[in-house]
Amino acid sequence: MIALFRRDLVLAVRAGGGFGLGLAFFLIVAVLVPFGVGPEGGTLARIAPGILWVGALLACLLSLDRVFALDWEDGTLDLLAVSPLPMEGVALVKAAAHWVVTGLPLVVAAPVLGVLLQLPGAGYGWLVLSLALGTPALSMIGTFGAALVVGVKRGGLLLSLLVLPMYIPTLVFGSEVVRRGAEGQPVGVALAVLAGGTLGSVALLPFAAAAALRVNLR
Amino acid sequence: MTRMSLWEYANPVRFMALSGRVLPVAAVLAAGLMAVGLVWGFFFTPDDFRQGSTVKIIYLHVPSAMMAINIWVMMLVTSLIWLIRRHHVSALAAKAAAPVGAVMTVVALMTGAIWGQPMWGTWWAWDPRLTSFLILFLFYLGYMALWAAVDNPDTAADLTAVLCLVGSVFAVLSRYAAVFWNQGLHQGATLSLDREQNIATVFWLPLVTCIAGFVALFVVLVLVGTRTEIRARRLRVLEARERGQ
Repeated sequence: MIALFRRDLVLAVRAGGGFGLGLAFFLIVAVLVPFGVGPEGGTLARIAPGILWVGALLACLLSLDRVFALDWEDGTLDLLAVSPLPMEGVALVKAAAHWVVTGLPLVVAAPVLGVLLQLPGAGYGWLVLSLALGTPALSMIGTFGAALVVGVKRGGLLLSLLVLPMYIPTLVFGSEVVRRGAEGQPVGVALAVLAGGTLGSVALLPFAAAAALRVNLR
Repeated sequence: MTRMSLWEYANPVRFMALSGRVLPVAAVLAAGLMAVGLVWGFFFTPDDFRQGSTVKIIYLHVPSAMMAINIWVMMLVTSLIWLIRRHHVSALAAKAAAPVGAVMTVVALMTGAIWGQPMWGTWWAWDPRLTSFLILFLFYLGYMALWAAVDNPDTAADLTAVLCLVGSVFAVLSRYAAVFWNQGLHQGATLSLDREQNIATVFWLPLVTCIAGFVALFVVLVLVGTRTEIRARRLRVLEARERGQ
């Protein structure tokens, strides 16, 4: 498992694209939005939590079709299927690698972009915390979606359509944490549900993703 | 004779025989109930005290909304049966139900918009119920798109069944997320089983007739869809056999 994890990370970093793409997209969204809505501090501060979360979600969506596509094309996935590592483990490792490559940079970059969007001071901690808790769920759900469409040629649009409705709870609770945090309201419930959603996804979705992979490899 | 069980009808031949007998009855029932319920509701019930005649769209809105949710539940059950017992009819029934469910969702959303415009002064509000239905519609679209995208029918059936299971969990989660996110304009449930009286009997009777009509209509459409699919598969097998010789 660790070897597979390291292999995925090395491939993502060395092959270019994968590593920087999501981050660059996130950056572009956060920089462009103020030009679109105007520079008034009040408006920006009010929509900043939502913009940052939507940006993170879309950045995550952008790189999803790479999770399995290359391994599917060159036959690595078939080899992994006959290896002693169960498919559930493969799915989990793939999701973890995707998170480290896409989600983690977003978590790190988010506070900087928060400054650009004039996020109120109280919101930064919650922004980082909510992204750190929520983006693993995005990666895991996305990995499940990618496992479903791995056999479909040009499955990108289909993948977005499948994954989008499943992202909504994470998005709602994630941005709610930041919004409430920035306004100084209690965040406990939203934070707990967000963390619960992530833990549930990470615990259960590898099985669903593995089932889908097995069907596709049959 | 062996004991009859529901699983007998997992055999396509038996299913075809039974559904061939049920179909005309259900079709007549659907047409009759919907005609009676809609005419009754539209022309022979009084206008609402506050909402005027706009309230009559309830005879389309409530049944379609109920069906939109229940069809997804039916797809969940048939998907489970397919995954566990590998009965093809079950998978095909789920496939046939999805477009019906999607249309019901659209009908519920559109009649809701038409009702909402005079009552709330807006076509659309980000109300929990409306939002949940939009998300449900996305799930239906994704489900149908996945069926269409995968070539091998068994692979497609497996993948869509897994999607339906996982999607159900997320659909419920989205429902609660939407409630958490925004308090709504939408009134409470019109019908519920655990209340003494739901709405006045003059409205209730035609409404229940309409709901029964929608259920019958759904049965008809699913049976037609499933039968078409079974025939299409038989045709493909026959054609393959022709080519083979």
